[in-house]
Amino acid sequence: MLKIKDLHASIDDKDILRGINLEINAGEVHAIMGPNGSGKSTLASVISGHEDYDVSQGSIELEGESLEDLSAEERAHKGVFLSFQYPVEIPGVSVTNFVKTAINESRKGRGLEDMPANEMLQKIREKSELLKIDRKFLSRSLNDGFSGGEKKRNEIFQMAMLEPKLAILDETDSGLDIDALRIVADGVNTLKNKENAVIVITHYQRLLEYIVPDFVHVLYNGRIVKSGGKELALELEAKGYDWIKSDVIA
Amino acid sequence: MSKYTEDDLREELKTKEYEYGFYTDIESDTIPIGLTEDVVRTISLKKEEPQWMTDWRLEAFRIWKKMEEPDWANVNYDKPDFQAISYYSAPSNKPKYNSIDEVDPELLATFEKLGISLDEQKKLSGVAMDVVVDSVSVATTFKKTLSEKGIIFCSISEAIKEHPQLVKKYLGSVVPRTDNFYAALNSAVFSDGSFCYIPKGVRCPMELSTYFRINQAGTGQFERTLVIADKESYVSYLEGCTAPSRDENQLHAAVVELIALDDAEIKYSTVQNWFPGNAEGKGGVFNFVTKRGICETRAKISWTQVETGSAVTWKYPSCILKGDYSVGEFYSIAVTNNFQQADTGTKMIHLGKHTKSTIISKGISAGKSQNSYRGLVHVSSRADHARNFSQCDSLLMGNECGAHTFPYIEAKNNNAKIEHEATTSKIGEDQIFYCNQRGIDTEKAIALIVNGFSKEVLNKLPMEFAVEAQKLLEISLEGSVG
Repeated sequence: MLKIKDLHASIDDKDILRGINLEINAGEVHAIMGPNGSGKSTLASVISGHEDYDVSQGSIELEGESLEDLSAEERAHKGVFLSFQYPVEIPGVSVTNFVKTAINESRKGRGLEDMPANEMLQKIREKSELLKIDRKFLSRSLNDGFSGGEKKRNEIFQMAMLEPKLAILDETDSGLDIDALRIVADGVNTLKNKENAVIVITHYQRLLEYIVPDFVHVLYNGRIVKSGGKELALELEAKGYDWIKSDVIA
Repeated sequence: MSKYTEDDLREELKTKEYEYGFYTDIESDTIPIGLTEDVVRTISLKKEEPQWMTDWRLEAFRIWKKMEEPDWANVNYDKPDFQAISYYSAPSNKPKYNSIDEVDPELLATFEKLGISLDEQKKLSGVAMDVVVDSVSVATTFKKTLSEKGIIFCSISEAIKEHPQLVKKYLGSVVPRTDNFYAALNSAVFSDGSFCYIPKGVRCPMELSTYFRINQAGTGQFERTLVIADKESYVSYLEGCTAPSRDENQLHAAVVELIALDDAEIKYSTVQNWFPGNAEGKGGVFNFVTKRGICETRAKISWTQVETGSAVTWKYPSCILKGDYSVGEFYSIAVTNNFQQADTGTKMIHLGKHTKSTIISKGISAGKSQNSYRGLVHVSSRADHARNFSQCDSLLMGNECGAHTFPYIEAKNNNAKIEHEATTSKIGEDQIFYCNQRGIDTEKAIALIVNGFSKEVLNKLPMEFAVEAQKLLEISLEGSVG
């Protein structure tokens, strides 16, 4: 589904990604771990088409199609979803209105009609129940005055509504208490199927107890320096990132 | 609101230019440029006015001649040459239409373009409408339905002839001829406008609406609106404005007076979309307007405005809270883009006891525009327990525009309670990217953010106007983020 080849990216002439290679198939969950500043969030931004980053080399393909010339919204229409580490506030725009707009814009991008109102309502009801979201929450302004947990749950709610092919969860566990973490993870697990794929970007192994990855990659200094199965995450937890750093240098 | 889809909005967005910028080729009767006593007399004569009206105008003209154009507003522009303007232009197939069928077909086509099909309006929307093109009121719909309730809704010219007692009593009673330069000018040369009277205890069953349009080149538009709500009555009044795109500046100096007698309520909504000038700042309407209402005991006046047009706006819809327990409200969205300048706000004059006022102002600036809120809250010594709440929010787009707030508070009574809140924010790139990532393109994202910002005010508009206003916000901000 996703094929990243020798990806180099920089911001303000500062090189961040220095040759990423990554291949993800439908139905897989990949975890990307690594110390602060290793380029994890940059990778998420570059895949989703953030214009502040310059891609100087390499390619990203989604289902065999290059994303190079596509804007962020066009990539979203193709099924790329990013759950933000720091979701932004949009005062005066309700969660429902925002999600409705997002869905219909994406449908339009794929040449489809707007989703009929009753279908939309049905879907909102279904997904909010899945994520144990209070209906009152949906009429609040987007992320305005939300707690950390509410913001992350709202991200996963949007993911559930948009049903992306590729979901990137950027530090979704930060700011979540254990109950919220479980709800969010349950949500992701329910949404996961053979047709889609998930990239979980995280600092800690904790989230991976709930969302079990098929592969774990360690990002350091803009490169994937180590890949393995889910046990790699445990090893990292036990030994710390210094182990990787010394490994790379050695 | 439910019928309105985001699709409609998107379609609107594709219209890149100022979409009301067409000119209708109707034969018109335009008097030569310049302003003298004779011109004032000519206007009065053309309108077949009684002598008292002619005298009232002439007195206004004498007052105006002694006045100077105000320059305290936070706007810069070349002062209009008042001798280079024609003060009267009317579609010449006038003067009288008994039914819509008699209206010049070209003019009807104009209404179609404006989205006003009078026929449809009649049947479907339940909005009674008076349409003023250039200077003359060309059609007032629904007159019969209204007259059954004793409601008078007609052009001001007609009111001068048919209801002289009411006009004599109230014209200039809230905005006297001496009030300011433009009010004096308007009093001398106003050519038409709307008049409305709601009898005691009557609740007007439909929205009353006036549509203003400047059509002829080189003309000014000076309309005069007078709304009188008798005791215990209610009326909701809407006004919309458009003008053709022109390279020169056109002058619009209107006066609106509202009178709310004991226990009456007037809701007055404006969607102002005069031509704002082009992207280089050339042309556009100078919108110098005086709007004021007076509230008697327990009466209420609400001003709601969405100001997206005009090159320069100078406008402060105000309330004189004369009666005890009277209420004044001002809800405003002012959008400026490119080189537009707006200096707008309100005056709440608390004279009666237990009077209450609310001010919610949302200013949105983009491009190289300047957007100022200017508001006065005055509490007189006898206005015990007066209360005011003001909230002024500014939203900036880009780095070259300006937002300014000039609040004036004069409290002469110790137990007055006055609150003022102000915020300034900017549309962030992170907000735009967030929307983009969800599949929403930048233009749409801005619309969403702006609509969210303006929501409290949009919610105050009657439904059909709210939809139009939302679309206008989007169109006005076209291309404002690179």
